Amino acid sequence: MKRQIPMLITFFVGALIIVSEFIPHKPFGNLSTSLGGWFLIISGFAIILGQLSLFKVNIIKISRKAPNWPYFIIALVSFSIMVTCGILWGTQKQPGLIPISDKMLNFFGYKPFDYIFKYMFENLSATMFSLLAFFMASASYRAFRARNAESTLLLVAAVFVMLGRTTIGSTLTCWIPESLGFLHLPNIASFIMKYPNTAGQRAIMICAGFGVIGSSLRIILGIERSYLGGK
Amino acid sequence: MKIFERFLHIDRRIIFVLIFIGVALPLIWTLGFNLEVTENVESVYNLMEELEPGTRILISFDYGPSTKPEIQPMAIALMEQAFTNRIRIIAIALWPMGVQMCNEAFEKVSAEYPNIEYGIDFINLGYKVGGMVTINHMAKDFRSTFPTDGGGNPIDEFPIMKGIKNFDKLGCVISLSAGDPGLKQWVMIAHDTFGKPVGGGTTAVQAPIMLAYVNEQQQLIGLLGGLKGAAEYELLINKPGFATKGMDAQSVAHLIIIIFILIGNIGYFATRKKDTMKS
Repeated sequence: MKRQIPMLITFFVGALIIVSEFIPHKPFGNLSTSLGGWFLIISGFAIILGQLSLFKVNIIKISRKAPNWPYFIIALVSFSIMVTCGILWGTQKQPGLIPISDKMLNFFGYKPFDYIFKYMFENLSATMFSLLAFFMASASYRAFRARNAESTLLLVAAVFVMLGRTTIGSTLTCWIPESLGFLHLPNIASFIMKYPNTAGQRAIMICAGFGVIGSSLRIILGIERSYLGGK
Repeated sequence: MKIFERFLHIDRRIIFVLIFIGVALPLIWTLGFNLEVTENVESVYNLMEELEPGTRILISFDYGPSTKPEIQPMAIALMEQAFTNRIRIIAIALWPMGVQMCNEAFEKVSAEYPNIEYGIDFINLGYKVGGMVTINHMAKDFRSTFPTDGGGNPIDEFPIMKGIKNFDKLGCVISLSAGDPGLKQWVMIAHDTFGKPVGGGTTAVQAPIMLAYVNEQQQLIGLLGGLKGAAEYELLINKPGFATKGMDAQSVAHLIIIIFILIGNIGYFATRKKDTMKS
């Protein structure tokens, strides 16, 4: 019964959602809207669950002195500081438990949560993402080798797109007369993006769509049961 | 031939240093390369231009600080165009940190438009968890999905929200997206299910995926792809900003990468020829 009841609920709700897409009238249309509302409420609780889980997992790793355990302390301390600042003094639009003093506001220029977010989190986050540029440059140098016809094609397309999607590309070929406009680098890049790229992407999307339908049916029909936990 | 072997094994620290210099210098000294507006960016611009003054549009901030350098210039340019044309903006976020991104963009833009009032010309409804389900729920019952704005005030208090029960009274939907949930979900629900025109902006990495939706059915009216898309939009509204400046840095970085790819391939062919002769 422990597995059968959740499976029955899954089947019932899954079938109801599918039916409501084809019959948007009462009672199916209303039920589908209500279920959507429930999903939003449950998702809200899932955030709290995620935060508690983050705390638990980090504490376990610190207590067991797992590899790189000092980093988990930093994660927990940072998390606690942000949560405390947010709850105590609130954010730009949301009031906190205690009003922020003028002295503190003048000192930081923002509420503590917003100050940390703007001057620490944003910059750290952008830095992490920017590091990709360096690794991509190094990886491109090593990976883009014209070893065979396929890799040569990939290499040539990549060079055209890289040049065509920058201002250098249009500067390099801006002298080309209009009658030969198809040789203008941004036009070549647009062609590659619009036709070969889109064709490939659509093929991937269609396959992924079929995959989603297949796995959804497996869950609704009770063939796929991993979401119930256990083996 | 030894030099060609060296071409194959350049220390990656050299690449890192050159990329750093290539990105940093153009940010300090503008090079001013030629910038052209592409069709996809122009389509988003035209979509906004064709809206009547007073029309309400929905902008979804589906990104965070990591992609701010690429997407925030788009948000600023779109807001500037909207406020110039007296178009009213209802902002939401499907990413938790999109709320702050929206507030920062509004703070920057509203300084130049003193007549813009919160609640009349602009509102930030805050973050809502749920992705695609949230969009679907908004389309059926907007007010129960967002009963308050980001500051916790009931939306009935704000004139901009008058009569908004679903997507019917919105001129269009713009999603500035760095992943999932984002532009793809807006296309699937707002356009494909409820027929609203959808435009958007994404990171350069995501643009090739989203381009498949810019088609004859106009699932996506247009697309601003990465920093270049943002720079093109700044050019269209005639307000060069961070994206225009950043394009020089990006262009030089791309050029450096291409030079290294060429060096690698020269080394590869030269040493391969040598190996073939030996064998």
